Amino acid sequence: MQPNYFDPFVLPFTLSMFALLTFLVFKYGSWIYRFGASDRKKVFKGFFSRNSWLAMKEIFMEGLLHRKIFKTNRRLGYMHMSLAFGWFLLIVVGAIEAHTFAKGSSPFYFPIFFRFFVPGTHESFFSDGFTQLMDLLLLFVLSGLFLAVLKRFKSVWVGQTKTSRKKPIDRVVLTSLWLIFPLRLLAESFTSGIHHSGGFLTGSLGTFFGVFLPINQLAYPAWWAYSLALGFFFIGLPFTRYMHIPTEMVLIFFRNWGIKLGVDNPVLMEVEINSCPKCGICIDTCQLSSMAGIHNTQSVYFIQKLRYHEDYNQVAESCLMCGRCEAVCPVAIDLNSIRLMHRADVSATREENFGFIPVQTRTADVIYFAGCMTHLTPTIKNSMVKILNASGDKYWFFDKEQGACCGRPLKLAGQLEAARELVERNRQMMMESGARMLVASCPICYKTFAEDYHLGMEVLHHSQYLERLMANKQISVEKLEVSAVYHDPCELGRGSGIYESPRAVVQNVAKLKSSVYQKENALCCGGSIAHLTLPLEKKKQIARETLRLLTVEHPQVIATGCPLCKKSFTGESGTKIMDIAELVAKALVAKPVREAAKQQKEPVYL
Amino acid sequence: MWGFNITKTRAIDFDKNNREPMMEILRLEPSIRVCIACGACTATCTSGNLTPFNIRQLNVFMQRGEYQELKKEMHKCMLCGKCTLVCPRGVNLRHLILKTREVLLNEEPLFAQN
Amino acid sequence: MTMKTIAIIGAGPAGMEASGSLARLGYHVVLIEKEATVGGHLKNLFQLFPDRRPGKEILTHLVQTIKHPGIQIKVNSEVSEVQKLDNSFALKINEETMNADAVLVTTGFDLYDATEKEEYGYGIYPNVITSADLEQMFHNGKVVTEEGKTPKRVAFIHCVGSRDEKAGNNYCSKVCCVTAVKQAIEIKELLPETEVFCYYMDIRMFGPYYEELYREAQEKWGVMFIRGKLSEASQNMDGSILMKAEDTLAGKPLRMNTDLMVLMAGMVPSASSKKVAQQFKMEEGQNRFFKSADNHYRYNESQQMGVFIAGACVAPMNITDTIANARAAAVKIDEYLKN
Repeated sequence: MQPNYFDPFVLPFTLSMFALLTFLVFKYGSWIYRFGASDRKKVFKGFFSRNSWLAMKEIFMEGLLHRKIFKTNRRLGYMHMSLAFGWFLLIVVGAIEAHTFAKGSSPFYFPIFFRFFVPGTHESFFSDGFTQLMDLLLLFVLSGLFLAVLKRFKSVWVGQTKTSRKKPIDRVVLTSLWLIFPLRLLAESFTSGIHHSGGFLTGSLGTFFGVFLPINQLAYPAWWAYSLALGFFFIGLPFTRYMHIPTEMVLIFFRNWGIKLGVDNPVLMEVEINSCPKCGICIDTCQLSSMAGIHNTQSVYFIQKLRYHEDYNQVAESCLMCGRCEAVCPVAIDLNSIRLMHRADVSATREENFGFIPVQTRTADVIYFAGCMTHLTPTIKNSMVKILNASGDKYWFFDKEQGACCGRPLKLAGQLEAARELVERNRQMMMESGARMLVASCPICYKTFAEDYHLGMEVLHHSQYLERLMANKQISVEKLEVSAVYHDPCELGRGSGIYESPRAVVQNVAKLKSSVYQKENALCCGGSIAHLTLPLEKKKQIARETLRLLTVEHPQVIATGCPLCKKSFTGESGTKIMDIAELVAKALVAKPVREAAKQQKEPVYL
Repeated sequence: MWGFNITKTRAIDFDKNNREPMMEILRLEPSIRVCIACGACTATCTSGNLTPFNIRQLNVFMQRGEYQELKKEMHKCMLCGKCTLVCPRGVNLRHLILKTREVLLNEEPLFAQN
Repeated sequence: MTMKTIAIIGAGPAGMEASGSLARLGYHVVLIEKEATVGGHLKNLFQLFPDRRPGKEILTHLVQTIKHPGIQIKVNSEVSEVQKLDNSFALKINEETMNADAVLVTTGFDLYDATEKEEYGYGIYPNVITSADLEQMFHNGKVVTEEGKTPKRVAFIHCVGSRDEKAGNNYCSKVCCVTAVKQAIEIKELLPETEVFCYYMDIRMFGPYYEELYREAQEKWGVMFIRGKLSEASQNMDGSILMKAEDTLAGKPLRMNTDLMVLMAGMVPSASSKKVAQQFKMEEGQNRFFKSADNHYRYNESQQMGVFIAGACVAPMNITDTIANARAAAVKIDEYLKN
């Protein structure tokens, strides 16, 4: 006989689940519909490809195990893992258990309320094993919940000094989420108590409650409450940060199918915004928060403003774009790009252009581009000129006199139209020189040359160029008697992934000291031009604190590869700040000028 | 028709000038108030060395309610940030230019020259 | 009654003058100087503004002042430890301990480190010098470029490291404007054929006969004044300096080559002041100079009972004011010790 697997209390869960699924199908469907034709094609092509398997693996590693959070913070990682992976296992094991023991066909909510419908399953060792396992999993989830509650009251206990502020609706849904598992525990315990069944947790608790509580009367309301908590959570989910749970999975699929964020693809941005779990990991890592006392512009708040269509202009402008949050974001949201896309482009309607910039052409093998900032740090410029002269390369100092800007500062201010024009202008001149290589001293310029110029020639930051000159024996150096710590500039390090070349250069000319704050974990000097509004005093505050953290090993020199970093640090530092080019120029061993240099038709610029 | 020509005065007619946009610009970027007109910004400016774009002077005009010249020149700025870097008063000129563009472009009809 | 002892830290003009005054009032003074000789920055000054009196004259006068049996001078000495007692301080100097009933801090100023303004090229281009370097050239009686040539043009840059938020010094160093004018005249006297320019943001002639000196520089010596702050400098092939500024009165960017560029480096609180501030737990003002107990009535008193301050460690000051300030401090110390 088919047993009755229905009771009215399953309705809140069942109906809300249907509502949620319907909503998600429409939402995700509309995203795919609004994708451009090429992206839509990628979705259909990708669906049956190997990439879907890769996506599933990623979902398992990140969405369930939370590997990335584990890397930055173990306690927080455990909290997220026990909630996500624990819940996932509860569902999977619960479903297997239910299907093993269901008599006849069972409705889809059956596993969720299994213990209600099949209260006593002490029939075999096998079923008892399931019960114990389910209890263990519930305990696993509850341990994570315990940490989550703890975090709400005192975030430092889970290793976060600052946690994100919540909206009222977030709180309601958060409460219902928190209640789901304790209520499940109570409902299962009461039922187990009545039937003298259950595992080590629910069974013992049931017996315990039975001593002093009327569990016979309480069991049924408890199941109602459990179902209601689930119902509230699913109904509230689309309106809160918990939307990230399903959306993150979709995002991972989209990414694995090759869909990329871009100015022309605002749809993926919407997916990313909805994937933000508001975990707040980006808050602690943000130097504006930890060093300058600014607590309202971090990525989590910015994304929140976008999601709820609040006024975001000021927050969009207030970011160093150092990329520290991006580096630790567990969902790998393109936080910098999204922010950039929300800076107003008032250049789109301008009438004037950059036609006043003189057009110059010259033939050369190597183009050297110092950059605007480098002109305010002439030691770097002079060092590079000295090295270029010694290299024997036939070079053209592109912006020696009245050079134009590279265009990246415009881009960083959201002025994409104007940036495009400037890029095109410079590009023309560079292409006509017939050079095989472009060397830039400023990482800000370097990044835009490498990414936006499409020059068809090699683009190097001077650290890479110097490394190559030394490897090719185009220049020879003598190691200096100094110790140096290397400070990764944001645009060069996290921005362009160049970590090793500058270190190799420093190692060749000085004793390289390491720092906790290096490579992906490097700090921003505070001087970033990406932040449009940060007052000078705050910049200095960040510079001072960064310097303090960089010099714990007492290096004699702080070496860097960016004129702006040098400028931000100078005056705040007790330790000498030098660009790697200065170190190399100092270590340079004079040798006769090469034949190539003698034959150079263009003058060698001194 | 009376034999007079209505000639526009060369003087800055402070009371007649529309100061609303200027107040809005100063609200969005107040640091320009501490400018002491040293000119370091203009000296270092690439655009300023090649064109009449004189960021210091244009900001003086702006604060007096004179925008014609500013509107003509403001798009020549490449936002490289050197001016902000050399300013002894810590004026955020780069942001100022952005906000000036925003305000002057948005309120275009207000300044229709008569 | 036993004779009361006052420790004076720093034997520049302020410390020397105060020593003399206090000794004449009948106190025992211990004058502590970290360098081998007394005189502080005054030793480096060739002539003083506005009357162009040789710095040596004032120094000689001050040296006479401190030749008093009540003054014990300790050169090459620094206070290494301070202990606050009930009504006095125990100071450790060169492994000896002394007891001071009152302490006067006259640790003066340091010159702003002009290498920090890298775009000006000091320490990079040899023909970029500071006003202190030029003063040294006057001492030697010869003003030449690095290449040994007579400069055809000299440019003074006012406000280097002063009135500059980027340098972290928002205050005006007060004496640089008039020093530049004085040095400009000295150049013209020495090298009449040389063109001299002063690049200023505001000319601040605060003292008696300073404005007259400014006028004299224009009228008699033809010194030219350009209102604009230098933004950056670079070196030409021949070693001369290319300067970039805005001629703000013309409203246009201006470029000028010069053979010698003189940076009027401002005053910053001295390294010794910082050390002393820690030892005596004294407060710094917003400008990082010592904070007075009251800016009008208790200008020479620090926030710390029994510790007094005078001279350029309180604020940028010229020699005249420093001497007057030191005497004012002496009177305050006298009042303090008598009560």
